[in-house]
Amino acid sequence: MEEMKDVIKDYVIKEYVEDDTEVTYDTPLISGGIVDSFSMVSLKRFLENKYQISIPDDKATPEVFDSVNKIVALVKEYIK
Amino acid sequence: MAYTDKIRGMYTEILTNLKDAGLFKQERYIHSAQAADIEVEFPSGASLKKVINICANNYLGLSSHPEVIKAAHAGLDSHGYGMSSVRFICGTQDIHKKLEQMITQFLRTEDTILFPSCMDANAGVFEAVLTKDDVMISDRLVHASIIDGIRLCSAMHDTFKHSDMEHLENKLQLHNDKRVKIVITDGVFSMDGDTAKLDKMVELCEKYDALLFVDDSHASGFIGKTGRGTHEHCGVLGKIDIITTTFGKGLGGASGGCVSGRKELVEMCRQKARPYLFSNTIAPPVVAGVIKVLEILSASTDRRDKLEKNTKFWRKGLIDAGLIIKEGDTPIVPVMLFNAKLSQDVSRDLYQEGIYAIGFFFPVVPQGQARIRTQISAGHEIHHLEKALDAFTKVGKKYEILGKSKQEIIERYGM
Repeated sequence: MEEMKDVIKDYVIKEYVEDDTEVTYDTPLISGGIVDSFSMVSLKRFLENKYQISIPDDKATPEVFDSVNKIVALVKEYIK
Repeated sequence: MAYTDKIRGMYTEILTNLKDAGLFKQERYIHSAQAADIEVEFPSGASLKKVINICANNYLGLSSHPEVIKAAHAGLDSHGYGMSSVRFICGTQDIHKKLEQMITQFLRTEDTILFPSCMDANAGVFEAVLTKDDVMISDRLVHASIIDGIRLCSAMHDTFKHSDMEHLENKLQLHNDKRVKIVITDGVFSMDGDTAKLDKMVELCEKYDALLFVDDSHASGFIGKTGRGTHEHCGVLGKIDIITTTFGKGLGGASGGCVSGRKELVEMCRQKARPYLFSNTIAPPVVAGVIKVLEILSASTDRRDKLEKNTKFWRKGLIDAGLIIKEGDTPIVPVMLFNAKLSQDVSRDLYQEGIYAIGFFFPVVPQGQARIRTQISAGHEIHHLEKALDAFTKVGKKYEILGKSKQEIIERYGM
């Protein structure tokens, strides 16, 4: 099974990157201007559908979505 | 005094930083009415200079049209200067209702509500019709006023890549569980001059039971064979659920805007849209002026036809001169320079040649996409455009950008 962090990284690149910007597991996504705060919602919904989890809105802050590694940590918190 | 030296110093520093970063906006004073030929004082205190204006939203050349001015005078005489009221208290006159009916007929919608501006229409409409159970899916390049309206609304918000229909469909699938899904786009995008794919968007909205919202501010009055807007151009008249537009561009250029569309949604705005409920009714002379504009445009397509011809002439002329423009067929024609400083230098030199056009650069447009945005008008005659082309050619030669590729310009001037 593909590793979660690669699934998430691939999604971020496909969804948000429109040029040749390199995205690593630690690239700042929101503070780095790759994902705008409006677009965070689709990332949250993608994670919820993909991993069958529910992330409360008040936990879905720009800080916890700011890199692939941080997102992986967040998802793991909610996987039963 | 609460406005202490410390606070004054803080704001002074912010403004200084804007100047240092080249982001400080300086206004130019125009001493004449808006038209193809204007008299400008720039910088402040300089003697007046006669220039050709190629950066106004005066697409149909109606801003100073004698019949519109005459109608506004008559409206002032018959209905007064102002109403000193919002619409629902004592600010609705017969001419406000007449204008709403005329717009409904012109745009081929079900009903219309006037707003003090299209900025206000966009700020108020989403909050009035949507709740937290709904989702707004917007093109990533929509106008700033739409972004503000979205921020004021409790519905979920997502975006799709600019004009990417496959991406939009993915988003409609992702949010298919929402009570109301609304797809949001500009009809003509103001910075690139490209047109939304409304035919494809209507198809997708029908497939996924979504509403479609279009801000047609840069299209109403001249896009489409009879100037109804982008929905006419794309063959989807009657299929747009909400259209917002302005009277501050092609439709006379004064002020005011509207939401036009499904009658229940318009009524929701009348009951709930805060910029409508809490700001003054549009002034009677402006209403009378817009009524005349719609009468002129409904009687003849001459002005939009002339604009189309002028636009073709202008686009071909720029390409023949060896400049790079954004492809399209609208009167918004960006001349691409890529480098921010180059865009400012070219703008300054054009002004010296008697051509008034403004350079845009980051953050107004993406990094590395600096440009001179030119806007053509039915008020231009061919001699205006020829003079402007001569100026672009002269300045282009000076900077050695004619016939050069994007790569060559970037290599020489940087991003």
